[in-house]
Amino acid sequence: MREFFESYIVPYFNFWVYVILMMIGMFAMITKNNLIKKLIGMSIFQTAIILFYVSLGVKDGATIPIYFHEHKEESHAEGTSEDAHHKEEESSHESVGPGILTDAERKQAHLEAGDHTPHGEAAGHAVNPDEFTNPLPHVLMLTAIVVGVATLGVALAVCQLIYREFGTLEESEILTQIKQSNHG
Amino acid sequence: MIWQFDIIILIFLVITAVISLRVRDLLSASMIFGVYSFLICLLWAEMGAVDVAFTEAAVGAGVSAVFLIATVFNTNRRSSD
Amino acid sequence: MGMRILGFIAVFVTGALLTYGVADFPKWGDPHSPANAGEVSTYFIQNTKADTHVPNIVTAVLADYRGYDTMFETVVIFIAGVAIMAILRVLATIPPGHQPVQYDPRKKIAYDPIISVTCRLIVPVIQLFALYVVAHGHHSPGGGFQGGVILGASFILIAITSNLRSALRRFSEKRFIFIACAGALIYSGFGLTTLLFGRNFLDYGVLSKIMFDTDEVMARSHSMLGVEIGVMLTVTAIMFAIYANLSSRGALRGGL
Repeated sequence: MREFFESYIVPYFNFWVYVILMMIGMFAMITKNNLIKKLIGMSIFQTAIILFYVSLGVKDGATIPIYFHEHKEESHAEGTSEDAHHKEEESSHESVGPGILTDAERKQAHLEAGDHTPHGEAAGHAVNPDEFTNPLPHVLMLTAIVVGVATLGVALAVCQLIYREFGTLEESEILTQIKQSNHG
Repeated sequence: MIWQFDIIILIFLVITAVISLRVRDLLSASMIFGVYSFLICLLWAEMGAVDVAFTEAAVGAGVSAVFLIATVFNTNRRSSD
Repeated sequence: MGMRILGFIAVFVTGALLTYGVADFPKWGDPHSPANAGEVSTYFIQNTKADTHVPNIVTAVLADYRGYDTMFETVVIFIAGVAIMAILRVLATIPPGHQPVQYDPRKKIAYDPIISVTCRLIVPVIQLFALYVVAHGHHSPGGGFQGGVILGASFILIAITSNLRSALRRFSEKRFIFIACAGALIYSGFGLTTLLFGRNFLDYGVLSKIMFDTDEVMARSHSMLGVEIGVMLTVTAIMFAIYANLSSRGALRGGL
């Protein structure tokens, strides 16, 4: 039972819930009588799709898609460079602790490592893509949310127009009134 | 990414979605929809999508609930289902 | 009742198909799934730092690599705002023989000094925070969309706590339409300027020629800020416009 739970339910739980939310939203859009309820169902449907996209971009053990602050990046670059490593070992008796350099030492090690690019950019130091969450779905969904609220606004404006015409937001009553006006 | 946390939020998400569609008072439905948006914002922060979470906190939990309430104020508060 | 059963059937068929699809999905959090190991997102993660010097990859992709997309998202928001104003302006004109809705004075919420004073104190803080979100979007979560929504929400807060008239006195209809247009024009203006220098639309690197003491990389970073400000202006104006129109049925007086 526990094995089944951990191999089938937990790894796919986001996807199961995305299916459930999509069904809830779709059911509300089809069967609810009130137009505002239909719109809430539409918003739930929309968030289900966004949930699907964002869940696809998750990587296990990855951090948020923002680079570390610059001086961390530098010390990381030094750690990979042999010259800087040598320098660090030489001066380790003066340092606060292993791996922690004072500012002057860091600057010197930086120069010795031959890193002369502006802004302290670690040239040739490739970022491991597994370290960061996939940013592409985030970008797509960020704009989708804001556009979604703008279109929700349009739908609500149309609802107000319908309410002035028919005096109700119930779909069945609106349909009866339309039928009566067609016969009359 | 903590899967226990993930599962708790997702369960609450389904519960709030169902309640906001079942409740007959449209003002309450709008407010519960705001709660739903806030929960999904928590979920995104937990999945590492910080920018999406920020947008959802501002848009979903803030502005879209206000738009719904503004419309409910100008139309009918009761719903038949 | 028949509709309900048909709805059930449609929903369950869709659900069954989606469940069938879920079984073939890559495992949760797999870094080598097709979506995650794709060429495009790997390029963004590896090269954003060298290309643009913006630590927040999402902002860089939003405003630079996919700038064309974001420009038209902004235009979609602008069009939505204009559409709402157009739809609700029909409501504001009273047709002959139609009784205008009288606002029930009992509906009015009594003036509450605590709420009023608290909001008067907190609105400047919210607006400052919104500007911070836009300006600091390169280094932390944030950007034009979020900052714009927060700035718009601060005006909505004024309208809710006092009344719509005093919010419109600060941010009148003429002004918010102007600002919404200005935001979209700032964004496309950046694109047109790059065209004038003979580059592609929204290829910001070339703007280092007119910016003071910048190389191509920093020019992209600075142009992103400019573009985000354009987005912020449009989103701020449209969010407040939507609220003002929805809450007052397009009449822009009375209201919530």
